[in-house]
Amino acid sequence: MASMSQDRTLPPPESNPETKAYWDAAAEGRLILRKCTGCGKVHFYPRALCPFCYGDTEWVDASGRGTIYSYSVMRRAPVPYAIGYVTLEEGVSMLTNFVDCDLDALKIGQDVRVVFKPTEGGPPLPMFTPARA
Amino acid sequence: MKGKAYIAGAYEHPTRKAPDKSVAQLHAEVARGALEDAGLTKDDVDAYYCAGDAPGALGPLSMVEYLNLRCRHVDSTDVGGSSYLLHVGHAVEAIAAGRAKVALITLAGRPRSEGQATGTAPRAGDMRQPDLQFEYPYGPTVVNMYANCAMRHMHQFGTTAEQLAWIKVAASTHAQYNERAMLRDVVTVEEVVNSPMVSDPLHRLDCCVISDGGGALVVVAPEIMASLKRPKVKVIGVGEAVKGQMAGQVDLTYSGAAWSGPRAFEMAGVKPSDIKYASIYDSFTITVLMQIEDLGFCEKGEGGKFVADGNLISGQGRLPFNTDGGGLCNNHPANRGGITKVIEAVRQARGEAHPKVQVPDPSLVLAHGTGGSLGLRHGSATVILERE
Ligand SMILES: [Zn+2]
Repeated sequence: MASMSQDRTLPPPESNPETKAYWDAAAEGRLILRKCTGCGKVHFYPRALCPFCYGDTEWVDASGRGTIYSYSVMRRAPVPYAIGYVTLEEGVSMLTNFVDCDLDALKIGQDVRVVFKPTEGGPPLPMFTPARA
Repeated sequence: MKGKAYIAGAYEHPTRKAPDKSVAQLHAEVARGALEDAGLTKDDVDAYYCAGDAPGALGPLSMVEYLNLRCRHVDSTDVGGSSYLLHVGHAVEAIAAGRAKVALITLAGRPRSEGQATGTAPRAGDMRQPDLQFEYPYGPTVVNMYANCAMRHMHQFGTTAEQLAWIKVAASTHAQYNERAMLRDVVTVEEVVNSPMVSDPLHRLDCCVISDGGGALVVVAPEIMASLKRPKVKVIGVGEAVKGQMAGQVDLTYSGAAWSGPRAFEMAGVKPSDIKYASIYDSFTITVLMQIEDLGFCEKGEGGKFVADGNLISGQGRLPFNTDGGGLCNNHPANRGGITKVIEAVRQARGEAHPKVQVPDPSLVLAHGTGGSLGLRHGSATVILERE
């Protein structure tokens, strides 16, 4: 049984001075991550101080590619949607929606790539769609 | 700290729907019930603990005034449904340190009367909460984030929907004897897996009930316990933990119980195999399964096999659990199942559970809670009790 995902109304993310660059990049269609200038580790969600060593951090571009770590299709909603974690090539996992796909065909471990979906009056949200083989 | 405090009073509110009562009133009614159970009065109370369900913006202030208490120790740590188990631990610490003698813990709420879409509607909240802007817009709800844990568990360990369903079957088998339980019909594995899908792979019958009500506990110093007539239920182990997404190193296969459990067992000086009865937080079937593994009742990944075939049913299985019917069938007051977990563990330790579900040797019992979201971030608290 195929059930194609549908676009739904998305609330805007509310940024703050620490995270504004992340959402500004999303508005340009770029996914960026925060990396420690000391220990070199990438983390998520982005913070000014590295959560692993409290060192300083800088923005780096993400490849936008990853794999599905887990997901669930929320059926009890006006428009069903898939919510889950994607593990990015950079080694961090982030909460997201899996979109532009058959919700019943999603699989853990599947390759996905980032797409950006508009919100109501705010920057777009990075979401993920199955990558073409 | 071990053995420096006892649970002298425990009371579960009989209501499951309370449109004609205020939330503060429900707190007062359970406070009265637990104090009466212990054989104490409000004037004996010198410490009070509550969490986010207590009405009032500033922690315990409004409820301490409403209850007209004179406290020398208060705590309003809010870690969701696990708060009250954590409060037991904090009460034990305060009593052991000589800072309190009679600690009162209350929980109450009326989400059913207030018509909250408890588990299926995303909650916005304070956007200064640093994680929220990266989560809320994607539509996380209580149920779909626990469902993420279940999906990963199935993928990684081969856990099945039928194995999860056994948890509900066991809870319902117990609930048939609880005349106050919301759901008293014994259900089958087939009925669970054929109930409507809410958020894959969790069906409606994998989810807990929504109810009004509440509960209270009275934790006391040994010299107070010695003056009371109730059976002596000693707190011998407590542990707490907080687990989240670990800065992007997300691992949904285990809960904070993997950290709080060993702390409690070490303090108590006992092993999981010594435990005769366990109250395990049951917001969803997957919650139970993961906590059972994390507390060490079976190996990680073996939870599905462990819970199947009635192994959690009193009188049949190796680990009788939630003999009041739990949150899955009995009661989940204020959307927080922590205090009822301790209350049923105390009933078991005292030998006061329903005769059909009372375990024969309740010398060592455990209660464990998970609060918040297993799939986002959560608190974990474990309490081990010994019948003296
Ligand atoms: Zn660092």
